[in-house]
Amino acid sequence: MSEVKFSKEHEWITLEGDVATIGITKHATEMLGDIVFAELPEKGSNVEKDGTAGVVESTKAASDVYTPVSGEVVDTNQAIVDDPSKINEDPEGSAWFFKLKMKDQSEMDSLMNKEEYDKFAKESAS
Amino acid sequence: MEIKKTSLNKLHQSNNAKFVEFAGYEMPIQYSKGIIEEHKFTRSHSGIFDVSHMGQLFIYGDESLTKELEKIFPLDLKNLKQNCSKYSFLMNENAGIYDDLIITKIDKGYLIILNAACKNQDFEILSNLLGSKFKMNLDNNRSLIAIQGPKSVEILNSIINGVDQLNFMTGNWFDFDNQKLFVTRSGYTGEDGFEISISNYKAEKFVENLIEKGAQLIGLGARDTLRLEAGLCLYGHELDINKTPVEANLRWAISKSRLSNGGFIGSKKIMNQMQDGASQIRVGIKPEGRLIAREKTKIFDDTDKQIGEITSGTFGPSVNGPIAMGYVDKEFSKVDTKILLEVRGKKHPANVCALPFYKKNYVKGVN
Repeated sequence: MSEVKFSKEHEWITLEGDVATIGITKHATEMLGDIVFAELPEKGSNVEKDGTAGVVESTKAASDVYTPVSGEVVDTNQAIVDDPSKINEDPEGSAWFFKLKMKDQSEMDSLMNKEEYDKFAKESAS
Repeated sequence: MEIKKTSLNKLHQSNNAKFVEFAGYEMPIQYSKGIIEEHKFTRSHSGIFDVSHMGQLFIYGDESLTKELEKIFPLDLKNLKQNCSKYSFLMNENAGIYDDLIITKIDKGYLIILNAACKNQDFEILSNLLGSKFKMNLDNNRSLIAIQGPKSVEILNSIINGVDQLNFMTGNWFDFDNQKLFVTRSGYTGEDGFEISISNYKAEKFVENLIEKGAQLIGLGARDTLRLEAGLCLYGHELDINKTPVEANLRWAISKSRLSNGGFIGSKKIMNQMQDGASQIRVGIKPEGRLIAREKTKIFDDTDKQIGEITSGTFGPSVNGPIAMGYVDKEFSKVDTKILLEVRGKKHPANVCALPFYKKNYVKGVN
């Protein structure tokens, strides 16, 4: 599995072969608070880099989830739809959002590594 | 304008509050545990709420004060006993609501608790209506602390002996650390609890005492989910100047004895609406599934006709599902009516339901 990469919209992404797994970062869940609703893209649909690919809602507000890369949705995580509190519990592990079959793996190149993201998140929070 | 801070601001900070601006005040929206845990702690134990941003208006005068206030509020204040409280509204001639409030008869006058965002305007309106005959004080030297939840009576009584003898919607003066506090058994969470009016400089010490006894600070975020589960209105959402108490389904708050003769501001409109019914009415709404319908969500019938709008909507932690309130056309206001909510461009099924979503545990008949 590839190194974990991160987007400025606070998504994380890993790549295995040509299939990317995407979720939202721990930092994002801390900003959102208790997540009580999740909506995921439909399996078989195509999503475009930086386009919306779902929604999460906390007790306070709704937020769009973006996809950091383009591709076809090959799997979604029904467990977080059934119990959205799992996203707060394990955002960067079992609470992944969706898997994409990537078209263009070079889209990964512009994303941040962990160190860069941590710095970005720290700065954007203050 | 500079943001105002309550006398508990430092205590909020040391308890890792996340702050928001609310009605010109820096207020805690939540602490480190988050809204859902804070909500559940209040329902199962005892939560402390800093509501010092709300207005505490003391009005003193002779017997004519009661008469004058009856020209304003739809209440039977003549027969209200001392230390008893009523929920009411300040209205215009069209029965549009300037503010909703709690009024308590105290020795030689009344104490009125006003919403933070409305309090200065309320003061002006009431000053104009009452003239200079009565002493009016919108008291900035006092904080207002609410303690809510099933353990609150035990905790507060261990600090202020005797509060357990208060019935719901009554109050009295008590002593704390050589200071007079006014305590009412009331609140806005659907739980048993109290609101305490206390001098600013004693507020922090008082709340620290409550925390030592096991109560916890709760932010405005959980206050909102708690009041919504209890089916209670929030000014600026369910209530505003374009809504009347009848439309807001609050006719229970209008004293029956005042309906026959009127004589209060807005009485004509209220009496007409009581007779003919209002064209729109506030209802409880439960979306099917987990969908959350926020404020301003449009409500439709099955023919694509818009029939209303959501005024508050969130996830109810104790209900464990989405809940909302809103206004719908009269013919759609019956419990179990199927309606549609437009969220992110799609229509989702929901049902009109009875309020409250969560049943109250108010204490009556202690003495």
